Amino acid sequence: MKPVIKLENVQKTYQTGEVEVKAVRGVSLEIFPGEFVALMGASGSGKSTMMNTLGCLDRPTGGKYYLDDIDVSQLDRDELADIRNQKIGFVFQGFNLLSRTSALENVELPMLYARQRIEGSSQRERALKALDIVGLSQRSEHTPNQLSGGQQQRVAIARALSNQPTLLLADEPTGNLDSQTSIEIMGVFQKLNEQGITIVMVTHELDIAQYTRRMIVMRDGLVVSDSPVTNRLSAEVESQKLKQEQTAANLAR
Amino acid sequence: MRYLAVIKIAFRALRRNKLRTVLTMLGIIFGVGAVIAVVALGRGAKVQVQARIASLGQNLIQIFSGSVNRGGVFTGFGGAGTLTVEDADAIQNEVPGVQAVSPEVRTGAQIAAGENNWSTQVMGEDVDYLVIRDWDMAEGNMFTDSDVRTTAKVCVLGKTTANQLFPDGGAVGQIIRIKNVPVKVLGVLWPKGSSAFGQDQDDTVIVPYTTGMKRFAGVTMLRSINVSAANASDLTDVQNAITDLLRQRHRIQPGHDDDFIIRNQQDLAETQSATADTLTGLLVGVAAISLIVGGIGIMNIMLVSVTERTREIGIRMAVGARGRDIRLQFLIEAVTLSSIGGFLGILLGINLHSIMSFVVKALGWMNIHNAVLTTFATGPTLVSVSIIVIAFMSSAVVGVIAGFYPAWKASQLDPIEALRYE
Repeated sequence: MKPVIKLENVQKTYQTGEVEVKAVRGVSLEIFPGEFVALMGASGSGKSTMMNTLGCLDRPTGGKYYLDDIDVSQLDRDELADIRNQKIGFVFQGFNLLSRTSALENVELPMLYARQRIEGSSQRERALKALDIVGLSQRSEHTPNQLSGGQQQRVAIARALSNQPTLLLADEPTGNLDSQTSIEIMGVFQKLNEQGITIVMVTHELDIAQYTRRMIVMRDGLVVSDSPVTNRLSAEVESQKLKQEQTAANLAR
Repeated sequence: MRYLAVIKIAFRALRRNKLRTVLTMLGIIFGVGAVIAVVALGRGAKVQVQARIASLGQNLIQIFSGSVNRGGVFTGFGGAGTLTVEDADAIQNEVPGVQAVSPEVRTGAQIAAGENNWSTQVMGEDVDYLVIRDWDMAEGNMFTDSDVRTTAKVCVLGKTTANQLFPDGGAVGQIIRIKNVPVKVLGVLWPKGSSAFGQDQDDTVIVPYTTGMKRFAGVTMLRSINVSAANASDLTDVQNAITDLLRQRHRIQPGHDDDFIIRNQQDLAETQSATADTLTGLLVGVAAISLIVGGIGIMNIMLVSVTERTREIGIRMAVGARGRDIRLQFLIEAVTLSSIGGFLGILLGINLHSIMSFVVKALGWMNIHNAVLTTFATGPTLVSVSIIVIAFMSSAVVGVIAGFYPAWKASQLDPIEALRYE
């Protein structure tokens, strides 16, 4: 099986004035289709830089990055935009939905920029299908300010799915959410992963990382540990537990 | 990216900030409106001037006595009596290509008919005057050659004068008194309207020039001589021949100034049109500047908009928008803004005339001699399709120019930075 992501000694150096900052000092790894990876590390560990590089928002200054067998480390701005459009779905910490724009239109956004034109009707159909996957098809006409945080993040996930990407990249997707909603969102990710979608998620929360299958820990621009998740949590089970705890707490009161 | 989708996005962005959008558009609305209104007014004025000059008569040449340089002071038209009836005869007999000649004298006079009286201009003319001026009788007949020879006390009335003296009609055959001299009315002329100089040409009484000279004006010299050339193409030749003839008859040495002024209708038309054109050009220039100012307003707002929407740009880039998609989006937004402004400006410009007329009438501003106001309100206007198309195109071009730099700036944003922007 060919890897979705193949990094060969990837480096990223920022030039800030006189000082060179080596954010990533040589990372090599492979991620295969169907994996669910948590990229962990403290701030300054280089995980955000890794995220930007993996997301083709930025190019590495050294090494090779193959995404779906394409060497993206050599592509120009426009080609990177096309790769982001076709191969990658982003989910951000702050949701990053277009305000005053309906959920449906937010989900349609990546299709708007597709190089191969998609007919308006099939575009709508695909967007509705993506919303259905995250369980929000009933709220397709709502704008972000009419939706809760968890619902907004679901819209963002639907948007990430709309162009049927090879890779789903999530950057602290639960950072702005309470614990119950976080579990729900992780449940969505787990469900998607079970359907075969490859997910890479950056997080600094260990309990969130435990919903994934593989944990990669970075420190000072290097990978310090890369291991399968042993005591993996199931969002379904955790959600049940939380509900029971709440019921118990209510009864005790 | 489909253009329809981009236009939809542009409209949504513009709707989001309605007040700002409208204020930004105002610059373009007024700019385009001013251009349309001014050009319509200028064209209207030009057409009116041309019509008035044409109403002077076909192939008209006018010779005015005067403009003698007396110690450096030029006297005006008819200021010095230098033209004689013999000059007029000589022109008729000796200049080839002349169709008709009418010597002219003028005097102001009080006229009375029954209990009505009226102060008007008495013009002494020859029989051919009506041919020269391309003027017809409405009732009755023109006086005859024999009337001219016999210094007959007969006249024809201009329409305005006829209406004043005979409000109930029936002027023909009546006797009126000019300077207390009884004069028989032979006919009434068709109304001719105002002249190129704004005078009412129908406010007049025409008598034989002999009668005018002896009985009313008391002069022996002519004010002017009206000549019509047989062909429009001969106008300049005839004019030159008349000049030579008169200089010879008046014994003017080469190198000295003429003691008469000679003008033809084409010169007049060209001069007046040129004046109208210059004025229109000037006003259009001013209006165009306001269009540029409107463009600067659009650019300013687009720059603000790009900064405000940095995050939106980041999101679009993250999901795969290329630089050129972003550029197109902001460019189309600017062009949409300026085009709607242009469209509204065209509506304003076309209707400014009616709006001003209405306002002026409603407020009774006619009494105030504000030239600009009354001109906009009462002047003739002629809106052409070409100027509308040009105005709309220029507003769109202003949008492209004003939107280009902000759009380019937006397209150059770094997606990571843009996403991080708060």
